[in-house]
Amino acid sequence: MRTLFATVLTGALLAASSAWAQDFRIGLQEDPDLLDPHRARTFVGRIVFTSLCDKLIDVDAKLNFVPELASEWAWSDENKTLTFKLVEGALFHDGTPFNAEAAKANIDRARTLQDSLRKSELASVESVEVVDEFTVALHLSKPDATLLAQLSDRAGMMLSPATFDGDVAANPVCSGPYKFASRVQNDRIVLEKFADHRDAGAHHFDRLVFLPIPDSTVRLANLRAGDLDMLERLNPSDAESVRGDAALQFMPVAGLGYQGITINTGGGERSENPLGQDKRVRQAFQLAIGRDVINDVVGQKLFEPAQQPFPAASPYNSPSFPVVQRDPEAAKALLAEAGVERVSFELSFGNNTTTQAINELIQAMAAEAGFDISLRPTEFAAMQQDMKSGNYQASQIGWSGRVDPDGNLHQFVTCEGALNDSKYCNEEVDRLLNAARVTPDVGERQALYEDAQKILQDELPIIYIYHQPWPFVLSGAVSGFTAYPDGMVRLKGVQLSK
Amino acid sequence: MLKLTLRRLLVAIPTLILVSLIVFSLQKLLPGDPLLTMAGEERDPEVLAFLREKYRLDDPFHVQYLAWLGNVLTGDFGRSLRTGVPVSTLIAQKLPVTLQLAVMAIVLALLIGIPAGILSAVKKGTATDYAANVVALSGVSIPNFWLGIILIMVVSVQWQLLPASGYVPPTENFLQSLRTMLMPSFVLATALAAYLMRHTRSAMLGVLSSDYIRTAKAKGLLPKTVILKHALRNALMPIVTLTTLLFGELLAGAVLTEQVFTIPGFGKLIVDAVFTRDYAVVQGVVLCTAVGFIFMNLVADLLYVVINPRLRHPQ
Repeated sequence: MRTLFATVLTGALLAASSAWAQDFRIGLQEDPDLLDPHRARTFVGRIVFTSLCDKLIDVDAKLNFVPELASEWAWSDENKTLTFKLVEGALFHDGTPFNAEAAKANIDRARTLQDSLRKSELASVESVEVVDEFTVALHLSKPDATLLAQLSDRAGMMLSPATFDGDVAANPVCSGPYKFASRVQNDRIVLEKFADHRDAGAHHFDRLVFLPIPDSTVRLANLRAGDLDMLERLNPSDAESVRGDAALQFMPVAGLGYQGITINTGGGERSENPLGQDKRVRQAFQLAIGRDVINDVVGQKLFEPAQQPFPAASPYNSPSFPVVQRDPEAAKALLAEAGVERVSFELSFGNNTTTQAINELIQAMAAEAGFDISLRPTEFAAMQQDMKSGNYQASQIGWSGRVDPDGNLHQFVTCEGALNDSKYCNEEVDRLLNAARVTPDVGERQALYEDAQKILQDELPIIYIYHQPWPFVLSGAVSGFTAYPDGMVRLKGVQLSK
Repeated sequence: MLKLTLRRLLVAIPTLILVSLIVFSLQKLLPGDPLLTMAGEERDPEVLAFLREKYRLDDPFHVQYLAWLGNVLTGDFGRSLRTGVPVSTLIAQKLPVTLQLAVMAIVLALLIGIPAGILSAVKKGTATDYAANVVALSGVSIPNFWLGIILIMVVSVQWQLLPASGYVPPTENFLQSLRTMLMPSFVLATALAAYLMRHTRSAMLGVLSSDYIRTAKAKGLLPKTVILKHALRNALMPIVTLTTLLFGELLAGAVLTEQVFTIPGFGKLIVDAVFTRDYAVVQGVVLCTAVGFIFMNLVADLLYVVINPRLRHPQ
């Protein structure tokens, strides 16, 4: 009996983990929120949507717009009408056809649903017109250069209109290459191959399993143990060991977003200090920070130094504003000019090991130039509220980034911007950025952003530190994967040899 | 017995109300606005206003609390602010996970702790006793998250014996389920076993020096019979209390262990909920945990009666 028990137990323990051969398992840093593209808010949720919900258009690895559910598009009526020609024969996961009626229903839902988070993204859309079965026209109240970028993301994702009345988030029915199968919160999201997808031949897995594993070290251990096929957002501290591991592929890519320091320049009492009131002190602070040092020491060469809100790959990243190099002597001189010898302020940050290391480094570097920084590690939700209500002096915080330059700048520095936690206000900046919003021509837009940046780089309500990287790690068995700057996981053509 | 059970259940009601009230007020004291996390990076003011209205976040405290309490009495725990899933569904999903982890951990702990405690009491002052104490002390002192990560590195990554993390329901694949839960329950069991070992040891030492044991030995009973039949049964009382309390604690979720092994139980649920200010989820889980704890206390009381017949006819 005893032997039998021992045999059974040993057998149980040693039974090889017989995972389904055609599963592809992706380790995520967080658990996504609502799986309803019109009400979803997290970056990580967009990774799941990429396989689940096709959009009108997509971006390629160089951020050019490419067809997805729309085969072509054109501006007319002085850039106030955007017309999409839709692909024919696309189906939703419930078998209903995708056509202009469905596209109209979706865009209308996204801009009218009460708790839609896409409203502001589609604010310029006045009406949606079904021109014929596969042509839809968006009529705008004013030209909107950001609209294509919005429609290449969640605002352009198409749900089956037949399911609008149900609980969309619990069972999203889209038209992507994989359909929703099941979800256990904090544990897994499972998608199954949609055999009727027009591109089904290029998608090679039967099931996708998204597993939220918040601890980066554990996520990596799972990949090494063969329990994952890829992971997103590796911790920079693990980069060294991954680079040296022949069984893994390391594919980092510079993202669209940034990490920086937001300074309270006009939000009541707590902005009334030299840092908040005098741009020379902020310029001195910038000179005290070695962005390359942060990249070398904490970032393991993944934190590409940033001077501007736009990623290096963006056509709006201007050569006129190269990364400011660290110069403590120049910083001291500026402080002297501003009539202060030492400046003290409190710097808050959302607490984790990486941010702690970055901010301690900033504290040490700035001390040499005359800044006494007291660090305030805080929990993220609490910091957000403090910043919104102006109860902070400076915060180290980031932005996940948008394809269109407007998304990385307008809301943060315009007087009424919803995310303007600096409480910065400059009429000229407002004028330039509002004009850039309605100017589709790239050259003209570049000039507008250049002029706005001239002011912002001088006044520094936000000091950009580094571009947010998306470090993907894949098992050696995966082939055909390309890392995109938007941090999404596109699985077309990706294969697993087992 | 029935009377005792009923009385204990009645006493539980004010306790539960008090617990929910405390949690409700503590949450309101937390800095941070759930809407800022819910409304996304863009924070559209129109959406903020709508959500504030929808979740009644501007109502005075007592109105919010009474509304919540009223719903709970009709079985409605509300919906997660973060994912829109009903809290009752979440609890139904996570409870079996936490239960399985708790049961496996406590069984492992008992299997290790009680024999070790008996052994070290019987062999008091010998090398065996000291060795058992050292192991017990390490069990309590080694942090769970560290032991967990080390186990993952060695057992899963180096030896590739067990899955590194995750959860498989036993109904889907029983063996795989045991395999995934083995390391986390072992990590939890190390600390628990140490407590159990120490308590078993001291209880056994107390009993072993009493008169009736000397008599039993004098009667010429086998040492095995004396220890297991006469001594252990009397020494069990404090161990039963400890075990049920430890089990009650396990039901609250093992936050760090669940985080390291990515087990979707109560611990992970409540931590995520606190970070996103998902009030409804925190409330529901805490209430459920409190019920579990009270229930385990009741179980402890009833077990006393079973183990100790003298308690069956109180004067």
